[in-house]
Parts: sequence; structure tokens; C-alpha cells
Amino acid sequence: MGNHFAGHRRLFYGTNAQDMKTVVTVKNLVKKFGNFVANDNLNFEVYGGEIFGFLGANGAGKTTTIKILCGLSVPTSGEITVAGFDVYKQREEIKKNIGYMSQKFSLYDDLTIQENIRFYGGIYGLSNEAIKAKTSQYMETLDLYDYAKSRVLDLPLGIKQKLAFSVAVMHEPQIVFLDEPTSGVDPITRRQFWDMINAEAEKGTTVFVTTHYMDEAEYCHRISIMVDGRIDALDSPDELKQQFEVDSIEEVFIQLARTATRA
Amino acid sequence: MKEFIIKEFKQIFRDYRTMTILFGIPIAQVLLFGFALTMDLKNVHFAVLDLAKDEHSRKIIDKMDASDYFIFDRYLSSFDEIETVFKEGIVKEVIVFEPNFSQILTKENSAQLQIIADASDPNVANILVNYTQAIITNYQQNLFADNPLGKMVRPEPMFKYNPALKSVYMFVPGIITVILLLVSAMMTSISIAREKELGTMEVLLVSPIKPIQIIVGKVIPYMVLSFLNFVIILLLSFLVFDMPSSGNMPLLLAETFLYIFMSLALGIFISTVSSSQQTAMMLSMFALLLPTILLSGFIFPIKNMPDILIWISHIMPSKWFIIIIKGIMLKGAGLMDVWFETLIILAQTIFFIILSIKKFKIRLT
Amino acid sequence: MRTIRFIIEKEFKQIFRNKMMLPIIFVLPIVQLVTLSYTATFEIKNVSLGVIDMDQSNSSRELIHKFSASPFFDIMAQDFDLKKLEFQMKQGDLEQIIYINNGFEEQLASASSVHSKAGEGPQVQIITDAINGSAANLMSYYASAIMMDFNKNILLQTQPMLASGLGISTPYQFWFNAELDYKKYMVPGILVLLVTMIGTFLSGTNIVREKELGTIEQLNVTPIKRHQFIIGKLMPFWIISMFVLVLGMLLAHFVFKIHIVGSVGLVFAVASIYLLAILGLGLFISTITNTQQQAMFIAWFFMVIFIILSGLFTPEESMPDWAQLINVFNPITYFIRFMRQLMLKGSGLMDVWRDVLSIGIYAISILLLATMRYRKTS
Repeated sequence: MGNHFAGHRRLFYGTNAQDMKTVVTVKNLVKKFGNFVANDNLNFEVYGGEIFGFLGANGAGKTTTIKILCGLSVPTSGEITVAGFDVYKQREEIKKNIGYMSQKFSLYDDLTIQENIRFYGGIYGLSNEAIKAKTSQYMETLDLYDYAKSRVLDLPLGIKQKLAFSVAVMHEPQIVFLDEPTSGVDPITRRQFWDMINAEAEKGTTVFVTTHYMDEAEYCHRISIMVDGRIDALDSPDELKQQFEVDSIEEVFIQLARTATRA
Repeated sequence: MKEFIIKEFKQIFRDYRTMTILFGIPIAQVLLFGFALTMDLKNVHFAVLDLAKDEHSRKIIDKMDASDYFIFDRYLSSFDEIETVFKEGIVKEVIVFEPNFSQILTKENSAQLQIIADASDPNVANILVNYTQAIITNYQQNLFADNPLGKMVRPEPMFKYNPALKSVYMFVPGIITVILLLVSAMMTSISIAREKELGTMEVLLVSPIKPIQIIVGKVIPYMVLSFLNFVIILLLSFLVFDMPSSGNMPLLLAETFLYIFMSLALGIFISTVSSSQQTAMMLSMFALLLPTILLSGFIFPIKNMPDILIWISHIMPSKWFIIIIKGIMLKGAGLMDVWFETLIILAQTIFFIILSIKKFKIRLT
Repeated sequence: MRTIRFIIEKEFKQIFRNKMMLPIIFVLPIVQLVTLSYTATFEIKNVSLGVIDMDQSNSSRELIHKFSASPFFDIMAQDFDLKKLEFQMKQGDLEQIIYINNGFEEQLASASSVHSKAGEGPQVQIITDAINGSAANLMSYYASAIMMDFNKNILLQTQPMLASGLGISTPYQFWFNAELDYKKYMVPGILVLLVTMIGTFLSGTNIVREKELGTIEQLNVTPIKRHQFIIGKLMPFWIISMFVLVLGMLLAHFVFKIHIVGSVGLVFAVASIYLLAILGLGLFISTITNTQQQAMFIAWFFMVIFIILSGLFTPEESMPDWAQLINVFNPITYFIRFMRQLMLKGSGLMDVWRDVLSIGIYAISILLLATMRYRKTS
């Protein structure tokens, strides 16, 4: 771990200095599966309202970290808080304050769009009026009228992903975790997807996103790059490019990834 | 093709839970049922309303209690108690001795003993009454040694194929039949439906492998597994249950091979009509389990059923296989004795295969 | 409460959307109940009998006539060649063979004559196909009984004095089901079985299906509580199983004329607890497995064992001790016994409280287990 970035606090969002509160704190996070160390002593913070890019090759340990932060998995050791709550003792409190979109598509294939929205809205305790309002809002903004009656199974992948994102932020969480939200989606849809992410961040929602598209990393306020379960770089995209003296994040990534020993 | 079969084998064997289930379940079931399923009544509780309380009534009660069939439960004090005791459900038969039973019996040579059976289970009730009558008859014959009845036409029973009247002779062939059919049909149908549900079937379909090759690749590992299963069950029935092993073994193995093939074809057919694993499972377990048990002659004789059910039983492959397997294992039958049944199973196999191929093609277009 | 309602609503939508499952859940059990209830009979009648009469006398013909007059026997073949009839038995065409030897009439006359003490009666061989041991035993008993009756008739003619009182007479009565209608016995049992299978299979594959498709993760990041989740998953299947049960009871009432003798209220009260027990069992299986395939096999394993040991087909008392021990953990045994007692005999709570208590304990323990096993974290 290079000490040149650890613990840095840096302005990332121009004018909004009051949003600088920390919403995710990770200190010395270790997660082992038997002898395998998936997360090797991670340290980072995520600040309110930022878009935090969580990068790494496949198998670097990103999904493991996300699952711990979402309360789906318990860490082996370390001090971790999310939205001010402890991941060991207050997982259910955390869940009220976060949204999550998993790598695996997770809406119900055999239900329609509206039925999915209604179900998740209900689970998060939204009122019937709120559910109705959200439904018509999504139908409108995502232009879903053509698919109103069809099951999710029959939707194009891009629309599915956008819908899954909308459902994940429907209850207006403080933080939303997106695990590879754009994998397999066409470039235009990816662009639209990032517009949605930006819009959400502008409302003040913190976005924690993993991706392996390096051009997407440029959209983030700060990014961390994971290699073999460790975080080997963490800063704003511009700072990183300067530090590594390259022109793109992709090159930063390739430099770091060369050191990887895991397949 | 070879790679595909190897992949199937790997997938099956890697999942140790499924492996345990595939081998453990049939073995456990055969052992359980072989030992536990029996029609012989034992230890049935009976109560007595003894209005006589004399020598013969006591002796008869002792004689009944001493038999394997009955356990003396209690004396009742009135007729009203009979219904009460039946409602509790433990006592299944009540016998009533008339007052002065012994006196009437010795003086007039004709006393009355009333048998009242709880016929909510008609089969048990019927057998109990027969057993009781047999015990009483025997008691009398000992009592009147020169009773002429037993000295005239003397029935001499002889039990063929199963002289010891063991229940396992009846049940082991049935268990083999049911388990082979269900396990084979279930495994293939669910495994194919799983590939459909998880979307991996599409990957296979766009590959240069032909649909028929996919099917064959799916079937071969399960065929091997089912056959291994059969061999284990067969060994168990010889070693544990002392089934006679004098029958024509090559014929038995060949017939079993055919039957397994039929079951797998049935499984493929089920998978072509079901879109999810759950549907495939419900069809292959829920829809097949009871009919296979009830309409195959496994437990209940088919010929006493209503005509329409006899007719339906003809389309149950298990019915024909039970006849074959009983014939070969217990009666020493050869191909000449079971060729008709064999032909039917063969026809059913072809039927399911043709149907599946048709269904499969429709789905592709 | 509101959360639970949303889960229930979603489960129902998913169930009713699967067009293939609906007939399996609602039509199949009814069809099976109606047809299969007729299969379950041990009644022995129309035994296919082969007769060999080497004597060809009046007496032997009289004996054979007694067999043909009996409703238990159908004479399918008469021959002089035992080998030929034995071959037919091997083929499965004959179940029993009666062999009357030469000299039947002569020996019979000597045995039944008033003066003779020396004469032994003629032996008649009854050969029975005994693969089904218990049926063979009964068939053999019936054939002997006919011969005994034949003896009695002869005795009445030759020695009326001796025959007048023939010892102990044993009249019998069948209570609760005087016509020995097997359907009355089987319908409640088969109904219990069908409902149990639907409940266990549906609930057994439910949670694990969400695991397999990945949707469970999305649920696990929500603030949903364990008990809300389990109740929400349980209720739809409870309602469906109850619906099938009621449908089956109505069929039993109108088609099979089985009228519940005991308290209908008690039947439904206990049925609702029983359904919790088996659905809990299904959910428990669902929580300990990773794929639907595993869940199905495990559910199937328990189902087959539970069904066979439940006393539905063969009497429970006859099973060995260890099998009865397994039955302590078999909810089906308790419920089938309870249903038969109430529907046919009109037993009350005081008679069946042990079974009711067992079902209750079962339901509570398995639900606790399932709730504890369901973890939102891995």
C-alpha cells in the first residue's frame, strides 16, 4: 500500500463543502474464506454525495467488499461503518439506508415492470401513493410504456438494467451500491445509465459503483483500484493519471494489474 | 460429443450432495421398505367384554394373547365402552363372551363368541376376524380331539414361489420398479429443465452439437448411474433380504436396461413439456409417484380395481416391469414367458422418444 | 404486516402466472384423489382358480360346485395335467390350484361313516401363488373354509346328532364401516398425502429458487425481517394447500359419500396446524440447500419414506420397532391417523389429543428451525 494516498481528504465536488461528511468508513477490513484472503486489509472512506468508483480485475475482491458493506456478508475483522451504522451489529439499520443492485440481474423475471416496482416499494415500506407516483415516474422517464404489460423476462437488457437501478434507489437511500451495473450493455445505454447515476448523485445520493469499463471510471469523483484483494490506488481520476504519469485510467489500471499474482 | 458427456459426468459427480442423494436415497429406501413394509398383522390390541369370566373364556383370551397377532389390551365392563375404546384408536377388535360361556359350551356344545372389529380400516378388520376365527377353530379342535370336522376333507395348503410367505418377495420387485422409474425420470427431466431455466441450454443449442446429441449426452451418465443403482439394489435384495437368485440374470439385466431406458425417455419427454425445474419436478414426482405405486400392482392387486383403472394401469410401464421382474426373480421365467410385457415396454420407450423429438423440433422453430 | 402483505401478493402473482403449474396444483390432486381411491383395495374376490379333479365322482363335483358358487373364486381352468396348470400359474393366469386326488369319494365315505374310527379323510391340495404372502394366506384360508363348510354339510346328513351344536359360533360385526368400503378408509389418507406433497414441494423449492436465480440477494439487502419473510413465504402455500384440502373434503362428501362423523371445526383447526408443519418442513429444506435440484431430491426422499411408513398402505402396528421410531418424526402418520379417527369414527379431542399435540410441537419446532436457518448473510 502506497502511503501517498491513504487517508487523503480532497475536494471532489467543487462547491458543496457541507456534504463532506463520511458515509462509509472502512478500517483494516479483512475477509477470509478458509485460507483464501479475499479482502486484505482495506482502508478507505466514502463521502456523502460522491460517486465512488471501485475498480479491479475480475476476482480482485470487489464483490466481496460490496457484500460486506451491504450487510450480506460478515467481515473476518476490521472496523466498518455504513451510514453511521456498524456492519457487525447494525446490519438491519444499514439496510434501511442503502440501495443495492447486484451483478446478477435481480428483478423477478416472471413479474411485470409495475409488479416489480410495487413489490420492492412495498418491502421498503413506501406508501401506496408513493409507489404509484414512483411507478408513473419510471414509466415516464424510462419510457417504458411499450413494455407496460410485458414480463421483465421479455425486456431488452438495457431497459432491465435501468429498471433495476431505479428500483434500487426507489426508497431514496443515502447510499446506493452498484455491482457492475453496465456489463454487457450497449454504449448508448451505458451513457444513459451514467446520466441516471449523475442525476441521482446530484440529488445527494452517494453512489458506490464497481465497473471494469475504464472510460466509466473517468465519470467518478474518486476511484480506488483493487489488486489481489488490496487497494493499490485511491484518488480522483485526474490525480491518479498525474501520479502514474499516463493519459488514461486504463493505463493506470494496466500498470497496477501487472503486479497481480491471482489469475 | 465425448467432451459433452464428460462434462455431464463431471457436473453430476462434483455435486457431492446430489451424488449422496442419487445413491443414498435408493439404498436407504430399499432397506427401509424391505424391512418395514409388511402386510402381516402383528401385535394388534384387542379388548374383551367377558360376561362369563370362566374357564374357557380365560383360556381363549390367553390363547389369543399368546399368538403373534394379538396383544390383550384390557377388559371392558359394558357394551357402551366398546365404542369409547375404538374411538381412542389403539384397540382394533373387541370380543364378547356370552354369560355362562363355558357351561353352555360343555353342556350344549354350542356357545357364542361375538367378534366386533373396528372396520375403519376394512383390510385390517377383515384379516383380524379371520385370524380370530382361526384361533377359535383351533381351540375347539384341541378341545374336542375327536371332532369329526377336521377328519373328513383335509385341506393341505401349499404355497408356491414364496413358501414362507415373506412380504419382501412382494415388495422388493415393486420397490425396484418404482425407484428406478422415478429416479431416472426425475433426474433427466430436472437436469434438462435446469439448463433451460438457467439459460445454458441456449448456449448448447447454438453450438454445433445436434439436439439429439445433447439428449444422448444428457442421458448416458444417468443411464450408467441408474444401472449402478439397480445392481446395488439387486445385491441388497439377495444379501439382505434373501431373495432367490436362481433366475435368468442376463435376461434380468437386459430387461432392466430396457426399463431404465424407457424411464429416461419419459424424463426427456417431461422436460420438453416443462419450462422450469419446478414444473419438471412436479410432473415427474407428484404426477408419477402415486400412480406408479398404486396402479402397478406394487401394493394393491390390479384385478380387483374398477375396469377403467385396470385399463389405465395398462399404460403404466411399472405394471409391466413388475410382472417381468417377479417372473424372472421368483418364478424362474424366461424370455418366452415375458416377451409380451417386454414388447410393451419397448413400444413405450419408442413412443416417448418420438414424442420428445417432435416436441423438441417444434420448440426450435 | 404491510411488508408481509407485499410478499404474499408477489408469491401469488408468481404462482398464478405459471400456466403449467396451475393444473398441477389444482387439477392433478383432484383427479388423483378420485381415481386412485378406487385402487386401494385388498379385498379378495374372483380368485382365478384352476381345478384338477382326478376322482370325477359325485362328491368331488359337489366340492368343486361349492367353489364355483362362492363369490371368492372363479374357476378359470379344469384339467388333469398339473404341469399345465402350474405353467399357467407361472404366467400369472391362475392364482390358486385345487388338486383332488383319486379315491376322494371313497375315503370321504369311510371317514364320515358312523362306525368307522380308522378311516382318514381325503387330502385336497391347495396350491397358492404366494408372492403376495398375505393375500395368499387369505386365499388359502378361504379355500379351507369352503372345505370345512363342505364337511359340515356332509356331517349334517350322516350324523345330525353330532353336527347339531358345533362348538363355538363366532358371529362378527364390522363397526364404523359395515360394508367394508375401502374407499372410506383410503380417501382421507390419500387426500392428506396429496395436500402434503403439494405443500412440501412448493415450499421446498421456493426460497432455493430465489437463491438460484439471484433474487434472494436483492431481498436480503432490504430491511425485511426474518419472520416477515418466512410468514410471507408460508401464507400463499398455506392458503393453496388449505384450498386443495377443502376441495378434497367436498369431493369426499359428495362423490364418496364420506360424511365427517366428528367435529368439522376440529378437523380444520388441526389441518391448519398440520399445514404449518409441512410447509415449515419444506421451507427448512429450502434453507439448507443451494439448488432446486437438491431441494427436490431431499423433499422427495423424505416424502417417499414418510408416505410409505405413514400407515396409509400397510398397518403401522406391523412395522418393526425402528420403523415406528422413525414414525415419531413423521408428521403424516399423526395427521392421517387423526383424519381417519375423526372422519370415520367421530373421535373427539379427548381421544386424539396425543396426535394433535404432536402435530403442534412439530409445527412449532420446524418453523423455529426454518426461521433460524434462514440467514440474510452468508
